[in-house]
Amino acid sequence: MSSTTRPLIDAQDVHGGYGGMNILNGVNMTLEADEVGVIVGPNGAGKSTMLKAVFGLLHVNQGEILLNGQPIQNLPPNQLVQRGMGFVPQEKNVFPSLSVQENLEMGAFLKPQNVKRMLAQIYEFFPPLYEKRRQPAGELSGGQRQMVAMGRALMAEPSLLLLDEPTAGLSPLYMNEIFDRVKQINAAGVGILMVEQNAKQALAIADKGFVLAAGQNRFTDTGAALLADPDVAKSFLGG
Amino acid sequence: MNELVFFINNVVISGSVSGSIYAIGAVGVTLIFSIMRFAHFAHADMMTFGAFMVLLLTTAFPAAGASLGVPTAVLMLPLAMLLTAALAVGIDKIFYKPLRAHGVKPIVLVIGSLGVTLILQGLIRLFSGTGGQSLYVDDRKEIFRLALPFEGARAPVVVTEPQIYLFVITIVAVVALHLFLNRSRLGKAMRAMSDNPELAQASGINTNTIVAVTWMIAGALAAIAGTLLSLDVTFKPDLSFFLLLPIFAAAIVGGVGHPYGAIAGGFVVGFAETLAVFNWNVLLRPFSDSLPAWLELPSNLAFVGTEYKIVVPFFILVAILVWRPTGLFKGKVI
Repeated sequence: MSSTTRPLIDAQDVHGGYGGMNILNGVNMTLEADEVGVIVGPNGAGKSTMLKAVFGLLHVNQGEILLNGQPIQNLPPNQLVQRGMGFVPQEKNVFPSLSVQENLEMGAFLKPQNVKRMLAQIYEFFPPLYEKRRQPAGELSGGQRQMVAMGRALMAEPSLLLLDEPTAGLSPLYMNEIFDRVKQINAAGVGILMVEQNAKQALAIADKGFVLAAGQNRFTDTGAALLADPDVAKSFLGG
Repeated sequence: MNELVFFINNVVISGSVSGSIYAIGAVGVTLIFSIMRFAHFAHADMMTFGAFMVLLLTTAFPAAGASLGVPTAVLMLPLAMLLTAALAVGIDKIFYKPLRAHGVKPIVLVIGSLGVTLILQGLIRLFSGTGGQSLYVDDRKEIFRLALPFEGARAPVVVTEPQIYLFVITIVAVVALHLFLNRSRLGKAMRAMSDNPELAQASGINTNTIVAVTWMIAGALAAIAGTLLSLDVTFKPDLSFFLLLPIFAAAIVGGVGHPYGAIAGGFVVGFAETLAVFNWNVLLRPFSDSLPAWLELPSNLAFVGTEYKIVVPFFILVAILVWRPTGLFKGKVI
């Protein structure tokens, strides 16, 4: 099988959790290289848990996760970064006492030769960060922090970017800005897998949507199909 | 005028000497805390170990420095720094790493470090004996007397050769540390890990490497501090008893986890000590004529006797913990 036909991420029957208790009870997820995948679902459905399982932050007890055909479950995060994954956590997503520029540099820790070129690209992509490059990231607003966090993850030139609720707690203005940026990052050839509370807006930009409930897939389809599905709308999108 | 000279000799020079030593020790304590989140009580014994390595090397090659015109002990310092750095990494591998792997609470590591203290002290005593020994084995301790260019200044400012080395080495160490933390890739990663260890890992930073680098730096700095103290006075196997409290007081005064705070804290503690044991009578004596007759100055006006010097950092420590537990630079609360 040639690598072009392999999905970017292929997770089958993933079980996992913390301390022996399973939160994920058999999740399936397939995403192609140029797609945006969005995970939605009620609180406690295991959305963020699934994202963490993909990024090696949570022990997978059963099942398999393949990145470009290679098994990656339970690899440590720094190896996953090396293999082209970037992760933006929901909370504590910057180094508060480091300057904006130092935050970004840390993203390219494994690829120091990239720093100069990538910094220029990130500043072009998020112009507000250039003006604040010498400020400690802890002093920025929530939206700007999210930009720093995404910029940091992009510094390593990932092929897959994992975003955990990137718009949580942001004003509608910033929310739209972040969704626009996600679309642009994807257009540049980066696969996106994101967890979102703003399900309608997120599914609107999704190639694939995964509706989770109780640690299992409830609905899996294209974003548009899920938005149009009356069952999904009734149970998960607030009517 | 002579009173001023007396003040410079007994407070300014003496305070900077202890301040530098405490500062360099406290930086190590604070770095270890910021990366591994525990108070490393064996740090003062790593300082003694470093000084002991210098003593061993100097005794082995007493004439090595003469050809270069520096005291042999100073020449041996870089080698002792390497050995102490290796010791620190080794101690971490044998004692602390297995504990961390079990995910123990920080207090377990603290108690473990007390055990390491006893091991190190015992080992050093075993080989060095219990008495004091000068690091100037074959060299002569130069003493510089600088006469002040003022009329009436009869007494000179006295600086010894090791004190001059101490000031130079302290400045070099602080500047090097600053450049490392702010300019180098590993130094920035160290600050990043101190800020947010999970995110550091998620950025691809190998946290084991950072831990090892932290021990190397802390070990090398401990060797510097221990050697500078032993050069100024003498090497003793129980040096750590007199260092542990001041360096922890300095780290906490500066705000735990802040390298610059630890440096400031070191000088605060160092100067507080010397000011507390300074005999203020000397500065008041010139004005004794203008004082009312009923007020007779006692001959000793020091706050505490020299033998109680160690209570000063203890008092500072208690005061800081009561009134400002985060320290001057808003560090973490131990």
